[in-house]
Amino acid sequence: MNQTGKQYWRSLEQLSNTPQFSEWLHREFPESAAVLDSSSRRTMLKLMAASFGLAGLTACSRPVEKILPAAKGSEEYTPGKPVFYSTVMPLNGAATGLIVETHEGRPTKIEGNPEHSSSGGACSAFAQASILDLYDPDRARFVTHETRQSSWDEFFAFAKPHFDPTQMGAGEGLRFLSQTVNSPSLDAVREHVLRRYPKARWVEYEPVSRDEELAGSELAFGRRLQAHYRFDRADVVVSLDADFLGLDSPEVRYSRDFSRRRRVASEKDSMNRLYIAESQYSVTGAMADHRFRMRAAEVPDFAADLARELGVLPPALTVLNANSRGKRAAAVARDLKRSRERSIVIAGPRQPAEVHALAHLMNYALGNVGRTVVYTESPFVPQLTALKELAEEMAAGKISTLVILGGNPVYDAPADLEFGAAMKKVAVTIHLSVSQNETSALAKWHLPEAHYLEAWGDARALDGTASIQQPMIRPLYGGKTAAEVLAALTGYKDQRAYDIVRNYWMAKWPARDAESMWRRCLHDGVIPGTQYPLVEPKPGKAPELRPSEAPAGLELAFYPSASVWDGRFANNGWLQETPEPMTKLTWDNAALVSPATAREFGLATGDLINIEVQGRQVPMPVWIQPGHADGAISVALGYGRTRCGRVGDNVGHNAYRIRTTANFHFGSASIQKTGRKYRLASAQEHFAMEGRAPVREATLEEYRKEPHFAAEHKGEAFSIFGDFDYSKGYQWGMVIDLNACIGCNACTVACQAENNIPIVGKDQVARGREMHWIRLDRYYTGPEDDPQAVTQPMNCQQCERAPCESVCPVGATSHSPEGLNDMAYNRCVGTRYCANNCPFKVRRFNFLNYHKGLTETEKMAFNPDVTVRMRGVMEKCTYCVQRIEEKRIQAKLEGRRPIRDGEITPACAQTCPAEAIVFGNINDPNSRVAKLKKLNRNYTLLDELNLKPRTSYLAKLRNPNPELA
Amino acid sequence: MTPIFPKQADKYFRIGLSLFVLAILSGVSISAYMFSPNRAETGYSPVQPVEYSHKLHAGNLGMDCRYCHSTVEHSGFAAPPTTETCMNCHKMVKPDSPLLQPVRESYASGRPIPWVRVHSLPDYVYFNHAAHVNAGVSCVTCHGRVDQMVQVRQVEPLTMKWCVDCHRDPAPHIRPRELVTKLDWQPDGDPAEIGRRLMAENNIHPPENCSGCHR
Repeated sequence: MNQTGKQYWRSLEQLSNTPQFSEWLHREFPESAAVLDSSSRRTMLKLMAASFGLAGLTACSRPVEKILPAAKGSEEYTPGKPVFYSTVMPLNGAATGLIVETHEGRPTKIEGNPEHSSSGGACSAFAQASILDLYDPDRARFVTHETRQSSWDEFFAFAKPHFDPTQMGAGEGLRFLSQTVNSPSLDAVREHVLRRYPKARWVEYEPVSRDEELAGSELAFGRRLQAHYRFDRADVVVSLDADFLGLDSPEVRYSRDFSRRRRVASEKDSMNRLYIAESQYSVTGAMADHRFRMRAAEVPDFAADLARELGVLPPALTVLNANSRGKRAAAVARDLKRSRERSIVIAGPRQPAEVHALAHLMNYALGNVGRTVVYTESPFVPQLTALKELAEEMAAGKISTLVILGGNPVYDAPADLEFGAAMKKVAVTIHLSVSQNETSALAKWHLPEAHYLEAWGDARALDGTASIQQPMIRPLYGGKTAAEVLAALTGYKDQRAYDIVRNYWMAKWPARDAESMWRRCLHDGVIPGTQYPLVEPKPGKAPELRPSEAPAGLELAFYPSASVWDGRFANNGWLQETPEPMTKLTWDNAALVSPATAREFGLATGDLINIEVQGRQVPMPVWIQPGHADGAISVALGYGRTRCGRVGDNVGHNAYRIRTTANFHFGSASIQKTGRKYRLASAQEHFAMEGRAPVREATLEEYRKEPHFAAEHKGEAFSIFGDFDYSKGYQWGMVIDLNACIGCNACTVACQAENNIPIVGKDQVARGREMHWIRLDRYYTGPEDDPQAVTQPMNCQQCERAPCESVCPVGATSHSPEGLNDMAYNRCVGTRYCANNCPFKVRRFNFLNYHKGLTETEKMAFNPDVTVRMRGVMEKCTYCVQRIEEKRIQAKLEGRRPIRDGEITPACAQTCPAEAIVFGNINDPNSRVAKLKKLNRNYTLLDELNLKPRTSYLAKLRNPNPELA
Repeated sequence: MTPIFPKQADKYFRIGLSLFVLAILSGVSISAYMFSPNRAETGYSPVQPVEYSHKLHAGNLGMDCRYCHSTVEHSGFAAPPTTETCMNCHKMVKPDSPLLQPVRESYASGRPIPWVRVHSLPDYVYFNHAAHVNAGVSCVTCHGRVDQMVQVRQVEPLTMKWCVDCHRDPAPHIRPRELVTKLDWQPDGDPAEIGRRLMAENNIHPPENCSGCHR
């Protein structure tokens, strides 16, 4: 229990306190007995004896190491020092500006570009993990022609005559299919191609669609506009099924803007208020002050209620508003009216166009347009209808040549289009992609595409800001970009990707400045003056909205996955192992249902059910999700890949098989129990901190009455160990603002990339052996049907009186004079006493040499500044001590100056989109971290143990509407 | 009844046992001596692909270490020179020497010369040249009189004890920063005295905690 009297729980098993749960919790390393598969103790001893003998032999001669200095030097590069380049990562029509760290010519770490509007120095878990995709050993290594190894020469020998206008004509039977194109230079090539073949068509398709948004703006304004929200200016935010802090925003800007309004310095400060109406429990739902759980199909009704209250729709004829939904809508509407010009109504991409139109009109009515909501022309076009037409043409045999540039339509197109079958009716199919996937298997030609980190290109963020995509390394497997392939086939004026991009931009600038502009854009990572101009839209008539009907059976809704997105990251082990923010599921998707629905259908977590939609079936394990809407199922897309590589093949279940054009976002479905069980690996109960109060939380009102609610009464406790003198020098500390943290997992993946943390696999996660140095604990509070959720990042707390240190028999973990709890990995013998004695459960043990069997390309992703640990070694967060030491040495070289505040940033803090993690020297009263530690919301965990952790937390606040309390 | 063992069995057993123990003990001590870093690591002097003489270049010709190892003051890694650096002089000096054939080949082809590493630390040790050189630790402290070596050999054991000894008492090994590459420099007076003065002046505190070297 904590002081506000709330009980926090992590899982339904904990809430009901089953015997299995307490046994699980009381064993430090659950299921640690059966470690070595199938080998007996005797065999192990034999092997050990043999390896001792061999070890003795190898020690006789010293291995000869070579040093290979470059034959010709380069001015910019000093061996042993990393070089940083700016680039940009395109995703789903958006783009994140990045700075990439390279060591000896190989990229090792991705950070957000502080100059770029979409990233602001932070980036998402997807961007962090994309570096592993570059080194994926399962990438396509050569051109494939009908499953036979071929070459670029052979391909062009076939394709150049084939694409010659004398052969191809005006391109009646020629179609191009790509993902959303937000590259200006590729757009120029596309224009050239379509001029050359006037009857050809180019279709774009992404399974995570923006079509409804686009149609919504057409409904509201009569033109296709893109809305941009300014969450940093909004006091009240109403989200209609929009997970804008999580999956519905491919850029991290909204997270940053939103959490700026939750940074409360004292009880006199104000903070924003967030309402959300949604079905699945999203991270935005966890941040919300009021979460109205409802099926996705009910959200339009709620939107209509709200619109009536705000005068956007005419008042209802019947007394609909008497129900609880209506009362809520009325209260929310009053709150919105109080915050005219400082509020936002945002609709989610799964909601129909009418809801988007209503949201636009409500913003207009509230005077928000031009203040918290601004509009630009939309660069996007409707995709789903175009794809449908394409599939019909293909099935009818009207298409003779199909060029698929990136993407995987055979896997992710709606099931009723039967894209795979239609593709077989096309004589020439060419597929360009980074690795071979389900679509490549059916294409006549497969061409290896260059990864974005190894090719020249450019990309526009949602606000239009363009950046040059600068390669870090030459293509590992001779891949080419889409622009290069098209340029070669159609005789574009430039042929190399570098020339295509450079000449496109150089032509835009006056010749005199072009060269310096080019260099400046490469350096800054942003091309100035490329943001779309704002437009002032004129609102039209409100759309007709029919009240929703209760669905036949259950409602089924599709969401992109927090781990694999639409399936494109399925072969990325870092992302597969990142626990989903709410369920904490790894290596799987599941059918999420509410506890009440589970009771109604007699389902338990792990039951395998068949979900049926219009005669199509897919098996899916059940996961009971507290707070989920009743009568609804949510499934994540992107799993059940069959052809992506050794990591992602056959992981989870493929929800695309029941996704059709009719229920593209949600629709009705029925379920049958199969009677079988399926093992799900969830990290949610791992490392629980029984009954203590790790999260402290209050409402804004309570906080104003009791500003010191977070602090615990501290008696003077003494330590039997001598204390270090912490009064001098740098003393490192960290503050994590629970009110700002959105629980997005970016820190976990950033830490994994920075610290060479291994992937352990589903089986090992199920045994509680995941290796993440920083995890996100998610606690529920309240009734299981409709709880609130809090997330808490948890890394090594760097206790000043660290209990782990006193039990290490070999002195492998000891204290540094700067307050760090150091680990000397080479000294650790693996007794695991330290982990046993750690009350925060932040130490990780490498049970099975998880880095074993890595290919040479995968090893290239390692950070050379951090030891790659072996089996039998304990490891943990060190506040990125390699970064501390690097800056310390740099400060020494620069005339022994003091290290400046903010100069050292651990990987988690650097990538945090919410800027929730702050690190620095607590001995410097002017440092950000020292100032934050003085706030009255500041508290440390487990005070009663007298550990004096260096990491402290700022207590969570909620700002509920008193009318709805 | 005849005894199973002869009378002397006990004696043979005792002799055998003591021989066995002796053999094990001597085996352990011989290998401990043979494989001790002091013996096994020092003196390592591999043959290099180019018969380059530090004695000629750094000793007789008096070239500064940093002409070739130019990164040593800025980077953790004292990189061996690029082939270009060699050819800066050897385009003019002895351009036809057969000893320089591998260097000319490398220069023409762009393929690196495969130098053999002499001083090698384990991967979990993060030694930083720039930090040491800028603190006034001379090259000679770790690498010995390279200016007198025709073929470079390791003279110090480079063990953790050896490192920590100096980190605990660095004063005798600290000299004015501008003299770090003067391998033959001898201080007037007590080196520890000069070191202590420089340490106080420049605020030099070598780390003694784990993360100073292990990350």
